[in-house]
Amino acid sequence: MYRYDEFDETFVRERVAEFRGQVARRLSGELSEEQFKPLRLMNGVYLQLHAYMLRVAIPYGTLSARQMRQLAMIARKYDKGYGHFTTRQNIQYNWPALIDVPDILDDLADVEMHSIQTSGNCIRNVTSDPYAGAAANETDDPRIWAEVIRQWSSQHPEFSFLPRKFKIAVTASDKDRAAIKVHDIGLRLYRNEDGERGFQVFVGGGLGRTPYIGERIREFLPERQLLSYLEAIMRVYNRYGRRDNKFKARIKILVSSDPDDFRRLVEEEWAKSDREKLNGPLDELLRVRRFFEPPKYENIPQTCNSLDAARARNDEFDRWVRNNVSDHRMAGYAIVNVSLKPIGKAPGDISAEAMETVADIAERYSFDEIRATHEQNLCLPHVRKADLFDVWRALDSARLATANIGLASDIIACPGLDYCDLANARSIPVAARIAERFADSDEADGIGELKIKISGCINACGHHHAGHIGILGVDKKGEEFYQITLGGSGGEDASIGEITGRSFSSSEVVDAVERLVTFYKENRTVGERFLDLYRRLGPAPFKETLYGDAAH
Amino acid sequence: MATLRIKNGSALFGDIRKGQEISLAAWREGVRPEAGRFEISIPNTEDIESLENVIRRFDAVILDFPVFSDGRAYSQARILRERLGYKGEIRARGDILCDQALFMIRCGFDALEIGNGDKDAFTKALGAYSAYYQIASDNSVPIGARRSRRRDAA
Amino acid sequence: MKAITANRLSDGVVVYVDAHGALVERFGDAQLFDADEADEALVRILERKGAIASAYLIDADAAGPTGRGALRETIRKSGPTVRRDLGKQAELTDERV
Ligand code: SF4
Repeated sequence: MYRYDEFDETFVRERVAEFRGQVARRLSGELSEEQFKPLRLMNGVYLQLHAYMLRVAIPYGTLSARQMRQLAMIARKYDKGYGHFTTRQNIQYNWPALIDVPDILDDLADVEMHSIQTSGNCIRNVTSDPYAGAAANETDDPRIWAEVIRQWSSQHPEFSFLPRKFKIAVTASDKDRAAIKVHDIGLRLYRNEDGERGFQVFVGGGLGRTPYIGERIREFLPERQLLSYLEAIMRVYNRYGRRDNKFKARIKILVSSDPDDFRRLVEEEWAKSDREKLNGPLDELLRVRRFFEPPKYENIPQTCNSLDAARARNDEFDRWVRNNVSDHRMAGYAIVNVSLKPIGKAPGDISAEAMETVADIAERYSFDEIRATHEQNLCLPHVRKADLFDVWRALDSARLATANIGLASDIIACPGLDYCDLANARSIPVAARIAERFADSDEADGIGELKIKISGCINACGHHHAGHIGILGVDKKGEEFYQITLGGSGGEDASIGEITGRSFSSSEVVDAVERLVTFYKENRTVGERFLDLYRRLGPAPFKETLYGDAAH
Repeated sequence: MATLRIKNGSALFGDIRKGQEISLAAWREGVRPEAGRFEISIPNTEDIESLENVIRRFDAVILDFPVFSDGRAYSQARILRERLGYKGEIRARGDILCDQALFMIRCGFDALEIGNGDKDAFTKALGAYSAYYQIASDNSVPIGARRSRRRDAA
Repeated sequence: MKAITANRLSDGVVVYVDAHGALVERFGDAQLFDADEADEALVRILERKGAIASAYLIDADAAGPTGRGALRETIRKSGPTVRRDLGKQAELTDERV
């Protein structure tokens, strides 16, 4: 993985020093809260219901064991012993004191981490495929490009006061595990017919109040041209994005109002720009590339007898392998998904002890690599099949082996009204109740892939529009209600979920979800997922299931 | 009301203008500079590229930050410097915090109207970073190019 | 009745204003104001910019927050409903928290 050199190290330390000064100016009263707020946000510091919240960047979701241990240390020393992994491959601490934040940032810098641009109207932490470098059929390691973008976007002088926040995601695979089409810019690296690598460029995707799937504004951008092309997109947005209305300020509004015009503006700007200069030196690209060379895999056979024997002996282990382990590109290796969704707990939350367990396992069994996924889980990307049983036992001892990846209880949920200042309703208790309803492993396996996603308000941090079943908390005269959307997907077949009808009270919503699942089980054909059935039958029968005849 | 100017890489504080100011609106109504030095103020909603022939006649261009969170003038300044090759003064006016000073200088501004802002805080902010990742309108060598140079030297 | 609540600047902790204008951590110690006194008291608190990050009025009676924002303010007063071991509900044992 990428390692800082002295330039990166100096930059991050200077950023910490700058923020330390800003905090001091706020505490002395020199800065008002109105002036300080955008400054603290650009360093990931929010004020939530109970306390400040610090969002730490995990660039493109990649962590080493040492970094994970430091996150655990911070959770203990400055917080209440846990952290929360988000849908943007970040980690959030819910209880830090403002006066401690500069010290936390220095502790993060000790392990080459920071919270730069995890909030604010700037280019946010870039996200990528959690299976990068491990999945089969990858064109390249997308993290090379994510790191190039990370450096380019850090304290960008022209694009730090944009109309609104800006999120970029990169993948290099046909299978989209980074939800690139619901990002402001989604980049898919592939090879064209001539065998050259380049990006398909999607712009203007996003969830929130007005969800859109990104427009493909360029079919093929030679990879060397990435930064100059990004500059062109950003400049068009900075100049023409709306600033009069916060709800219309995202780039999706600009793009969707006239995609062809947007494309023309970007291409014209790009044509006029000094591309050579903006793209940066080639040897710098090669330098970054070298950090992402594959680990030193052993030459081992694809089939593993000890694994097969262990699976035959132990049903729980077998289930975990079936649900939580994915194929690796190397013979004899596997990708392990670590569920942060034990039944009844807050999705994405992890204790300091569990962080340390994951760090130990990664060091011993996964070439010191950990990934955070946008589905609020972790992943150990390079585990030998022969080690899977030991890994499973070690995870299980820390309650990290719930065998529910991709299933009904692997629910994405934002913090909601239990923590978040902007929330209309709670998310976590609803997630917990749904997970409990589908806690039976055989039943959950029988239902198969089902993505339930919950947001506590229209900001959609829980990606509810991209859920097969999406749940949105709304406030009705001070009561928590939940609106259901169906048919969303954040994958390569991206779609925005459709609103079904009137919202459900907190006591009704879990039954409503169960009715949908029952309808699915009764009507599916072999191999048909919930999403497939919805796409085949359309919304009408699902609405009838939810609302009875009143739907008509 | 102080103005910070960058001269040969260091910050100077003063209040001298370059000359008499007219607005773009006035220019469009037919007001023309006569002899002497003149400056033009331009709203941040204008397409600066289309004003090339106007701007050439002025010794300074004043760009606006109506609120500090409105960053359109950063793009205007870079286009002025890098694309139009404007050599006169580019001055920032409006809601200017010291925390933005470096972004402004890097985008091609060489003067900032800082009002009653704390001069020490501005001076300190300008020195907050020793190197930057991006290439922009200032003369600093970006980190990527520094790495290349170092390798070449090695 | 109204109470005044805020988040303390230094650490973000939820605070209320008591009868002497001091910032207190327990809702049970908060002063309840009539609507007209509340506005004046809020103005005085908002002047203390160096002590608080934000301050506003909530509907409340002696038992706790009331009205439309009752759930949100009850969660602020007590802590996350999903972690009874965290927040004021864990730190203060007095039943009036
Ligand atoms: S979706 Fe709304 S409630 Fe949930 S974390 Fe985002 S802003 Fe908060």
